[in-house]
Amino acid sequence: MNASADTPLLGASQSALVEERARGQLQIFWRRFRRHKLAMASAVYLVILILVAIFAPVIAPHDPYKNDLQLARFGRPAAPSLEHPFGSDQLGRDQLSRIIYGARVSLMVGFVATGLAIVAGTLLGALAGYAGKWTDMVIMRMADVLLAFPPLLFSMAALAAFDTSKRGVIHIAAVLGVIGWMNVARLVRGEFLILRTREYTEAARAVGASGGSIIMRELLPNAVGPIIVAATLGIPAAILTESALSFLGFGIQPPEPSWGNMISGSGSNTFAMMRDFNAWWMGLFPGLAIATTVLAFNFFGDGLRDALDPRTVLD
Amino acid sequence: MTAYIIRRLLWMVPLLFGVSVISFALLKAAPGDPVSAILASAAREGGGMTAEDRQRLREQYGLNDPAYIQYFRWLGEVSSGNLGESTRSNAPVFDVIKQRLPNTVKLSLISLVLTLAIALPLGILSAVKQYSRLDYGLTLISFAGISVPQFWLALMLLYVFALQLGWLPSFGMRSAYVEDDFMSRTIDSIKHYILPVTSITIVGLTGYMRYQRAAMLDVIKQDYVRTARAKGLSERTVIFKHAWRNALIPIITLLGYVFVILVEGSIIVESIFSWPGMGLLAVDSLQQRDYPVVMAIVLLSSVLILMGTLLSDILYALVDPRVRYD
Repeated sequence: MNASADTPLLGASQSALVEERARGQLQIFWRRFRRHKLAMASAVYLVILILVAIFAPVIAPHDPYKNDLQLARFGRPAAPSLEHPFGSDQLGRDQLSRIIYGARVSLMVGFVATGLAIVAGTLLGALAGYAGKWTDMVIMRMADVLLAFPPLLFSMAALAAFDTSKRGVIHIAAVLGVIGWMNVARLVRGEFLILRTREYTEAARAVGASGGSIIMRELLPNAVGPIIVAATLGIPAAILTESALSFLGFGIQPPEPSWGNMISGSGSNTFAMMRDFNAWWMGLFPGLAIATTVLAFNFFGDGLRDALDPRTVLD
Repeated sequence: MTAYIIRRLLWMVPLLFGVSVISFALLKAAPGDPVSAILASAAREGGGMTAEDRQRLREQYGLNDPAYIQYFRWLGEVSSGNLGESTRSNAPVFDVIKQRLPNTVKLSLISLVLTLAIALPLGILSAVKQYSRLDYGLTLISFAGISVPQFWLALMLLYVFALQLGWLPSFGMRSAYVEDDFMSRTIDSIKHYILPVTSITIVGLTGYMRYQRAAMLDVIKQDYVRTARAKGLSERTVIFKHAWRNALIPIITLLGYVFVILVEGSIIVESIFSWPGMGLLAVDSLQQRDYPVVMAIVLLSSVLILMGTLLSDILYALVDPRVRYD
């Protein structure tokens, strides 16, 4: 039979074509992204940071949990030195090592919280936009209720529901996911409402494609750009919220180091240390770690948006 | 329009109901209760309490009933205007809030006015001089502004201006000892405002600036701006009379968001500066499991956010005749 001999061939050349086109798009994206120098530098910084977080036990010069009362005599934090470039806290723990371990917390919360928010938001938004009627009603009203909360206050109350000793990265990420999916859902729903009426969707429906396959194959791929941008800008927001929660005492609990709880100070107040011993290094370095990381994610997200948006003219 | 507003206001009732159910459930899920918090603080002060005391207190606060009964009892009280009593101080929640709210409102309003007064002109300037050195500089600053954690910024300001330079006080709203005349007290009060207001303003500033810049860039490209230029109006008139007024419209949509920023800003900034306002109250009450106060604060902030959104939608329709609600 001719047809059976032809079809695989046709399929092969077609998939090659698709692949080539995808590669072409990737190349265009890369060309556009590379031109954004701050975004490129940020990408490099973030890759290094991720490696540091993964290999923290190898890289950290000291044990982040080990008290050294010789170093911090009478609870006086040790100033930066060659041995301890970022100084120590009031218990003599090495600040640099704590910051290196803290990177794990910040990055994990950033990625997991945003991942949860994106997955939940995309699924719920897609469902609402595609199914319409009461499904749409229920999902979007739920979103309205959650949007009426100030996110920080909601997260504080939700985290207070967990025993302090058990509050970890996963709890924080889950709470931030619950309070963070609504904007993604609205975005995806909006895209779906527009895309649903496009000819190619009609065509897919006309040839008998199921609802699920229309969502996955026709609608989602076309809404993917805005979702990616929302994700990259969601990560720095989650990192900032985690640090604020840990600073306020509702997030990661000492002795586990996180950039936020290093500033509130484990057991005693960082501000008191800065006041009584002029220990500026205790406040300065963890905050710089947060600020540079969040800044890098923001630049990266900005570059990504410019590179993904065909309307941006770069030349 | 009136029908629309009424519909929106009515819609707030089920939303607030949802908010209250969720926050009540969260508070009930927390380990420990107001009684254990009271017992813990009593134990710290050396006063032991017996198991009977504990039981009596639990009974007194109605904590022995099932959660849903506690919720409906609370709901019944609230809908008849009684917010209950603080389990921490035994004062009526209404009084506790009445005492704290003005401090937060003052702090927030001053910060908001200052934010807008600085951000909007800078955003316009940035847009009018697009791609200039000034524009790049302001854009960089605004990126830094959205990336810096507010609590850290506040702490650094404290370190420099209160600890190192000693120019400004580090906590509270007024000094313990100050000359008792109007001038001294006013100056003392202003000094206490400077650092908290700066901390809130710098963080809020950058978002508005970028938003205003984008809106202005959008407007400048419009035909009516070109027309205004073409008929020979001065650049000043074109920018401030024709362009800016239209570029202000998108800013109105941020109004709902303003309250979120102010609520969160007050939580963080008040904690650092020991500012006796609602934010500090929220943190303390959550830690002490003072449910009636927490519930009142959550509901109050939700009402604020919902009203802000409604207000921004109404204003939007008022200033932009193209927008209509039916």
